[in-house]
Amino acid sequence: MPATTVPSPPAPRRPWSWANPLTYALALAVAAVSIAPVVYVIVGGFRTTPQIVADPAGLPDPWVLDNYARVLTESDFWRQAFNSAVIALGTTLGVVVLGVCAAFVLARYTFRGREALYTFFTLGLLFPAGAAILPLYLMLRDLNLINSYYAVILPQVAFSLPITIVILRPFLSAVPRELEDAAAIDGAGRLSFLWRIMLPLSRPALVTVGVLAFVASWNAFLLPLLVLGDVDLHTLPLGVQNFSSQYTSDTAGILAFTSLAMLPALLFFTLAEKQIVGGLQGAVKG
Amino acid sequence: MTATNPTLNPAGGASAPPAGPRPAGRSSARAAQTRRKWYEIVGLTTPAIVVYVMFVLVPMGFAVYYSLYRWRGVGPPTEFVGLDNYVLAFQDPIFLDALRNNAVIVVGSLLVQGPIALAVALLLNRRFRGRTVFRLLVFVPYVLAEVTVGIMWKLLLTDGGTVDALLRQLGLGGLVHAWLADLDIVIWTMLFVLTWKYVGFAIILLLAGLSNVPPELTEAAAIDGASWWQTQRHVTLPLLGPTIRIWMFLSIIGSLQVFDVIWVTSVPAVRSLGASATMATYMVDNGFFARLWGYGNAVAVILFVISFIAALLFQRFLLRRDIEGAITGRTN
Repeated sequence: MPATTVPSPPAPRRPWSWANPLTYALALAVAAVSIAPVVYVIVGGFRTTPQIVADPAGLPDPWVLDNYARVLTESDFWRQAFNSAVIALGTTLGVVVLGVCAAFVLARYTFRGREALYTFFTLGLLFPAGAAILPLYLMLRDLNLINSYYAVILPQVAFSLPITIVILRPFLSAVPRELEDAAAIDGAGRLSFLWRIMLPLSRPALVTVGVLAFVASWNAFLLPLLVLGDVDLHTLPLGVQNFSSQYTSDTAGILAFTSLAMLPALLFFTLAEKQIVGGLQGAVKG
Repeated sequence: MTATNPTLNPAGGASAPPAGPRPAGRSSARAAQTRRKWYEIVGLTTPAIVVYVMFVLVPMGFAVYYSLYRWRGVGPPTEFVGLDNYVLAFQDPIFLDALRNNAVIVVGSLLVQGPIALAVALLLNRRFRGRTVFRLLVFVPYVLAEVTVGIMWKLLLTDGGTVDALLRQLGLGGLVHAWLADLDIVIWTMLFVLTWKYVGFAIILLLAGLSNVPPELTEAAAIDGASWWQTQRHVTLPLLGPTIRIWMFLSIIGSLQVFDVIWVTSVPAVRSLGASATMATYMVDNGFFARLWGYGNAVAVILFVISFIAALLFQRFLLRRDIEGAITGRTN
C-alpha cells in the first residue's frame, strides 16, 4: 500500500447556521398550520363548555382542570387505554416474530421458489386492508373470535407482514456472509446464527418495524369498530368516537378526552421519531 | 450464493461430486443437511404464510363468493343471484356518488398534497438551526389517530364553531359556510381534512428521498454558479423521481380505501345522501350496519378490483423501474 493513501481527515461539516428570516417565517407558518388545531384541542380541554360556546376561538378564562379530571376518573379511559396497549403489543410481537422468521429464510437460504415466495408476500402490499373487512368479519365470526383481542391482533399481524418482510429482508441479507461461515465453523447451526448473531445485529430494523406496527395498531379504527362490539373491549379510538357521539353537548369533555387519547401517540412519536422516519425511509429505499 | 455452505464443502464446487474416502457417508451427511435445511425453511415460514393466507387472501376469496348471493348474514347463503349485486351497485346513485368522491380524493390528494409536500420538504431540507423541531412539528398530524383528527376537525368546523368564529374575527365572515352539512361543500371539506392529516407523510417520504441526494452534486452546482432555486430544479428534483412516484402510488391506494377520517368527520345523514360517502363507507354502511351482506361484499370486490387495477397500471407504467431497483433487485 503506497504511503500516500493516508486517510484524509473527514471533510469538515458545514456548521449549522441561522437561516434567513424568510425561511423561518415559512417554517413557522407550516408548523403553525400543523399543530394549531392540536394545541386548540388541548387548551380547549381547560375551558368550560359555556366558555367555548360563548367564544369558540378564545383562551381559557379561568383555566379549569375539571374536564381532564372527569375523563381520567369517571370515564372508561383507562380500560380503553389498557385494551389498546394489549392489542398493540400483541400485534407488534406477532409481526416481529413471524416477520423475522420469514424474512430470515428469504434472505439467507437458497432454495427453489424463494423469489416466488417473496413476490407472494409483496403482493399483500397491493391488497387494500379496507376492502377485505366484511369477509374478514364474517370469517372471525365463524371462528368465534369476535369480541376477543385475537380478532384484532391476528388480522393486523397478517396485514403488517408484507411491509415488515420488505423492510427486514435487505437488512438481513446485508449481514456479511463471513459471519455466517464463521458461526458454522464454530459449530453453530443456522438457527443459532439467527438467534445469536442476526437478531442483535438487526436490532435497528426490528425496532423500526415494531414501531410502525405498534403505531398502526394503536390508531386502528375500522377493524376494532366491526369486531369489538363488547364495550369492555373497546380501544381508545373507539372510546373517543363513542364519547363524542354520546356526550355531544359536552364539548369541553370531548376536547379533554380527545387530547388525552392523543397524548400517548404524541409521546411515543417524540421518543421513536427516528425509527418511524427511518422505517418509512427504509420502505422507500427497499 | 450456492445451496450448500462452502466451508462445509471444502472438496470443491457443488457440482463436482467429492472424491473422498467415504463417499457414501459424505453424501448421506449432505442429504441430512439438505433435509434439515428444508425443515428450517418450512418451519420458519409456515406461521407467517398461514396467518397471511388466512387473514389477507382467504377473506377476499370469500368476498367474491358471498357477493353472488342475496344474504342477510344468518345461516349459509342460499339465494344465488349471480351478478345482480354488482348491477345494483352501479345503478345506485349513492354508490356512483361514492365513486366520484373517491376520484375527487385521489386526484385532489395528488394535486394538493404533492406541491405542498415538495415545497415544505425543500424548505426543511435546508440546513438551519431548529430544523429538527420544525420537522417534528410538521409530522404531528400524520401520527395522530384518524379518529382523533376526525373528531378534532368536526368540532372545529361545526356550525358556529371555531373556524367560523376565526373567519368572522378576521373580517372574512362572508367565507363562513356549513362546512359539514352543505352537500356541495362537504367533499371539499373532507379533502381539506385529509390533506391536513396526510401531507406530513408525503413530507417524510420526500425528506427521506432528499437525504439520498449526494451533497457533492448540489455543491458542484453551487460552485458552477447555480442559484439555490436552479439547483433544486435541475439537480434535486430529477433525483427525487422514484420517491415521488412511490408516494403517488401509496397516496392513490390510500385514497381509494379511505374510511376512518370520512366516517368520523362527516355527519351520517350527509353520508347517506352520498355527498361525503366513499366506497369504503358505503360498503360498511350497507354491508355491516344495514346487514346486506351479499351486497356489501359485492361492493368490497368492486373496491378491491379498482384498487388492484390502479396499482397494477401504476406499477406497469410508472413504478416499474423503481420497484425493480427497490424490491425485486435487492436479492443476493
